[in-house]
Amino acid sequence: MPIRSIEQVLTEIKTFEGLEQRHLDRIAGCGTNCGFAAGEVIAREGDPADTFYVIRHGRVALETSAPVGGSLLITTLGDGTVVGWSWLIPPYRWRFDARAVEETRAIAFDGACLRGKCDSDHELGYVLMQRFAQIILDRLQATRLQLLDVYGEPARR
Amino acid sequence: MTPRPWRVIDRRRETADSWTLELEPADGGPPISYLPGQFNMIYAFGIGEVPISISGDPGGGGPLVHTVRDVGAVSAAICRARPGDQLGVRGPYGSAWPVADVGGRHLLIVAGGVGLAPLRPALRDALARRDELARLTLLVGGRTPADLLFRDELEELHADRRLEVAVTVDSALGGWRGHVGVVTTLIADLDFDPATTTALMCGPEVMMRFAAEALIGSGMSVADLHVSMERNMKCAITHCGRCQFGPTFVCREGAVMRYADIEAIFNLREI
Amino acid sequence: MAVGEATTIERDAFDRLLATIADRGYEVIGPTVRDGAIVYDPIATSADLPVGWTDDQEGGSYRLRRREDEALFGYVVGPQSWKRFLHPPEVKLWRAARDSDGALEIEDGADDPPAYAFVGVRSCELHAIAIQDRVMVGGDFPDPFYAARRDGAFLVAVNCTVAGGTCFCVSMETGPRAGSGYDIALTEVIEDGRHYFLCEAGTERGAEVLAAVEPAPAGAAEVDAAAAGIANAAATQGRAMDTGGIKELLYGNYEHPRWDEVSERCLTCGNCTMVCPTCFCTTVEDSSDLTGAEADRTRRWDSCFTMDFSYVHGGSVRASARSRYRQWMTHKLATWIDQFGTSGCVGCGRCITWCPVAIDITEEVAAIRADPLD
Repeated sequence: MPIRSIEQVLTEIKTFEGLEQRHLDRIAGCGTNCGFAAGEVIAREGDPADTFYVIRHGRVALETSAPVGGSLLITTLGDGTVVGWSWLIPPYRWRFDARAVEETRAIAFDGACLRGKCDSDHELGYVLMQRFAQIILDRLQATRLQLLDVYGEPARR
Repeated sequence: MTPRPWRVIDRRRETADSWTLELEPADGGPPISYLPGQFNMIYAFGIGEVPISISGDPGGGGPLVHTVRDVGAVSAAICRARPGDQLGVRGPYGSAWPVADVGGRHLLIVAGGVGLAPLRPALRDALARRDELARLTLLVGGRTPADLLFRDELEELHADRRLEVAVTVDSALGGWRGHVGVVTTLIADLDFDPATTTALMCGPEVMMRFAAEALIGSGMSVADLHVSMERNMKCAITHCGRCQFGPTFVCREGAVMRYADIEAIFNLREI
Repeated sequence: MAVGEATTIERDAFDRLLATIADRGYEVIGPTVRDGAIVYDPIATSADLPVGWTDDQEGGSYRLRRREDEALFGYVVGPQSWKRFLHPPEVKLWRAARDSDGALEIEDGADDPPAYAFVGVRSCELHAIAIQDRVMVGGDFPDPFYAARRDGAFLVAVNCTVAGGTCFCVSMETGPRAGSGYDIALTEVIEDGRHYFLCEAGTERGAEVLAAVEPAPAGAAEVDAAAAGIANAAATQGRAMDTGGIKELLYGNYEHPRWDEVSERCLTCGNCTMVCPTCFCTTVEDSSDLTGAEADRTRRWDSCFTMDFSYVHGGSVRASARSRYRQWMTHKLATWIDQFGTSGCVGCGRCITWCPVAIDITEEVAAIRADPLD
């Protein structure tokens, strides 16, 4: 039953929308439900990225730390979004801290397991790469907009 | 074209460079009645005049409220005005947010930076007519938490069951409990029916462009999008010619415009 | 003497006509030669007019030349237009005073201009005035300064019998024959040793003024001679513009490469906007005295070719010469139609003549029309 429910959740996540059943089966097979308390660290910058998460309910912040001022928030991610793509691309290490901002329920996917499936099933690998490229593109676009500092003082931009 | 003298009766700091002023007529004349989205020309004695949107509650009576960001010599002088000082005011000018025309629909307000100021009257009006609306959502984008206008009011609105509020900033330190990311991410996260939603947008043009794209991408019709434009303006009555935006005058057809009316030129450069 | 009735007055009676107008209390403004150009200034007698002069106009070129006769109106239009008087280059909008308590008192600058009579208004200029009427007093906020000058202004039109090298009023359907908007219309005829004017009153007060000069009824030959002169002006225009679907043409070509080409030549000097009889854009200037007790606001002609014109905090919306030329021409020929229900161009050719690098609006339209974007 838990596997079935993960698969069901996946069909409602934009990133996995419209995937073929066999691909969904294989992805869901690498997932387990998990939860994080508010403030709990999910991943640390530099750690091996063997896992990625799909947020079912809650909010996760990607952060980095500065010597003064503590953590700097880069972005916050909400329901239905994917946290982490470092598992897909060498050197498979987290680039930022991931921390639950509020109580968060998620599905954790074993990246190493999924990588193995992708290596043996290139069609799955292609489909997954396509979907993750979309996430990377969306985040890149959002980051570019943040960089524009559109609300800043025009003269100082 | 001749302003009337108005007296500043209150001045509140909103952010490092923005102030909210409350004014009352100093000439014994009547107050100004206005529609949400309209603006006044505000004159700082001897320095100049600039268009500033009205940020008060259009149905609230009371003083005239303007929220001003210090971005130049005139706006700096207006921001410096203290209670008791007088400013010249003429108006109101321009078009209105179509709050009264969207009965039965979901009103989605998308504000970026000081763009929240011209939308505040629309929000207050929408809350006053909440019964007419199917749903009310306010999405706010800002630079940092310290750059958000009307923070106290936003906190209150967060707790207000009549509407949904989401606030995001471009950057924040760890203590911030809200979202971090551009305002378009709030649109992506919003579960809404594009066919029954009307969106009002105000903020930097770049932000409105991306927000419009996100809303259209989520299935909204261009006919249901409204934006607020900004151009150089000296007279506010079409005579100076400066606020032209293609065939429109921002002072007359705007500042609030139907996106469908300007779609063809909205994405062109240097219009 | 009825409105619309054709009559004649001889050259000798022209001073009587000017005197009659002046007697009615008007300040008479007409063409006169100054600094090598024909400009509009107060005139008292026909001797103040450019007697025996004509003008040779081409792209970027304007020269006065002696005619072989003593015509009073044997030229077209100079660098000025009547907007100089109706929409003055500078007006004081208002004055403000601030007392020691910080209280403001703001007093509007409404003034009391003279009643003007304009003598020698060309058909294209009548159209330009009609266009500025729509812009300045046709909307929700009539400009009191323009209205004070325009209301009651007495207009003596003179039909063109020669055309300039940069004229294209035929294309714009604004001339060369004055159709309406005048109090009196004249056509100058010099033929077989006789120098006279075919006259027609357009208003009752025009008829009244004309009657005082005691004109003679016009015969068919005189009417024909005047018509032939006007036909000559129509047939010899130096420029033409195809205006068919021009709004849609320009709306569809905001990104045409021709804007880049023309911007390589355009100096963004704004001459075209200063000489244009319909360009109306302005800026304002605020000043205060040294004690900080008094301030005023002055309105001045401005040009869409300046960087300041489109400045919003952070920079100019139209930073490139390309976008500024495009704004000017697209406004004049296309967006103006949506804004005011009429073209903003009357085909007077001033912008071509007075452009220091001879940019030609008719040529620019033709280039885009020849190769429009899909």
